[in-house]
Amino acid sequence: MPVKVSMTVNGKPVSAEVEERTLLVNFIREHLRLTGTHVGCDTAQCGACTIEMNGDAVKACNMLAMQAEGAKITTIEGIAAADGTLHPMQEAFREHHALQCGFCTPGMVISAIDLVRRHPNPSEEVVRAELDGNFCRCTGYHNIVKAILDAAPKVAAMR
Amino acid sequence: MYAFTYRKAKDVKDAAAGLAKNADAKLLAGGQSLIAAMKLRLSAPPELIDLGTISELRGIKSDGKNVVIGAMTRHAEVAASTDVKKAIPALAYLASQIGDRMVRNMGTLGGAIAHNDPAADYPAAVVGLGATVETNKRKIDADAFFKGIYETALDPGEIITSVSFPIPKRAAYMKFKQPASRFAMVGVMVADTGKDVRVAVTGAGPCVFRVKEMEQALGKKFAPDSVANIKVPDKGLNSDIHASAEYRAHLVTVMAKRAVEAALK
Ligand SMILES: Cc1cc2nc3c(=O)[nH]c(=O)nc-3n(C[C@H](O)[C@H](O)[C@H](O)COP(=O)(O)OP(=O)(O)OC[C@H]3O[C@@H](n4cnc5c(N)ncnc54)[C@H](O)[C@@H]3O)c2cc1C
Ligand code: FES
Ligand code: FES
Repeated sequence: MPVKVSMTVNGKPVSAEVEERTLLVNFIREHLRLTGTHVGCDTAQCGACTIEMNGDAVKACNMLAMQAEGAKITTIEGIAAADGTLHPMQEAFREHHALQCGFCTPGMVISAIDLVRRHPNPSEEVVRAELDGNFCRCTGYHNIVKAILDAAPKVAAMR
Repeated sequence: MYAFTYRKAKDVKDAAAGLAKNADAKLLAGGQSLIAAMKLRLSAPPELIDLGTISELRGIKSDGKNVVIGAMTRHAEVAASTDVKKAIPALAYLASQIGDRMVRNMGTLGGAIAHNDPAADYPAAVVGLGATVETNKRKIDADAFFKGIYETALDPGEIITSVSFPIPKRAAYMKFKQPASRFAMVGVMVADTGKDVRVAVTGAGPCVFRVKEMEQALGKKFAPDSVANIKVPDKGLNSDIHASAEYRAHLVTVMAKRAVEAALK
């Protein structure tokens, strides 16, 4: 029996008829065609599916679309400026070669933004601990950590 | 995941009525354990009753004697709460060590203790601090709540509404993480309540348990040395590719000693 689900995604109200068992990540990728949010493990381990719900980073593969009913969602497609200027966190990832294949990057960037909002001036130790839920199989993390440390003051200054 | 019907409960009464009508229905809290189990088809409820929008189940209150935490309060909220950090820093720390940031943003206290994963952290806090679990029907003492692997004293249709943690004189939690899952390989909560000392161990056995010998020794003298030579028997402890029962038994002593050290700081 399909149910109606409505939420705001990247500032736009969206709604659709979905099956109850539709995962939020499938709603985002298959219904909204926002394929920047990735599915790496599908078992809540890797963080590739990380999106922001009402200001908090969550794993979209481990929750139902219905659990996001009425929520404000931000995906990787929603963080650059309207004119296409990259978000400072994206720019820092580019600048520091914080990605190789790029598969983990959307989740990394969303987690990184969430992290620096709570820790505007994080130490390297805090960055590494807070990235616990985001796996990267390419970079070895060093450049990701550098990018986040570099972007932190710029992101903090944005708000 | 098999198909199911879904609805949001308006309040606790509405959720209880839903469970009374359909005995196979399941409550949905953060979904961090349940959705994963349903995806693996380990669980296949025909109906989910979502507690997510019941505001009465969410929040933290501290009255100087107890910290009362609503069942739907998320791990991240407990970890960040100034009330919890002030009254029971060990509890805020424990919540901050659950899973990762994204799991803590969804997972709830009620869901964690109802699920009673053998390696979950909260059971150590509930038993270690001598908390009381409040449901829509009664109050359950911590020592009577956790029954065995994934098993609790909850009756069918019973809903956890809050947990009341008495504020201890001093307490600390030490967790040795299973590095891949971040669950507790062994986690020990040591609490000096002012009247007695409680030592609760999670991760090591099929279910959280207390170590009476350590409690007695710490009751006489609250110091790391009091537990340094107390070993728990490895018989009946968990054994898997991550750690043998013997190693887990060893970790209980090490973590207990570190927890006492931390509680004294
Ligand atoms: C990657 C990952 C890592 C994790 N690491 C850890 C860890 O290190 N330590 C740890 O302790 N946990 C860990 N967890 C589990 C996490 O803490 C879950 O949040 C928790 O086990 C379940 O809480 P939930 O709110 O998500 O409950 P749900 O998954 O929604 O529900 C779990 C069960 O509890 C029942 N239930 C829920 N609420 C109530 C209620 N109020 N009354 C009665 N029954 C109820 C449900 O019906 C269901 O059977 C991890 C999970 C993931 C995905
Ligand atoms: S796809 Fe969601 S955590 Fe890996
Ligand atoms: S860049 Fe390839 S997984 Fe991170």
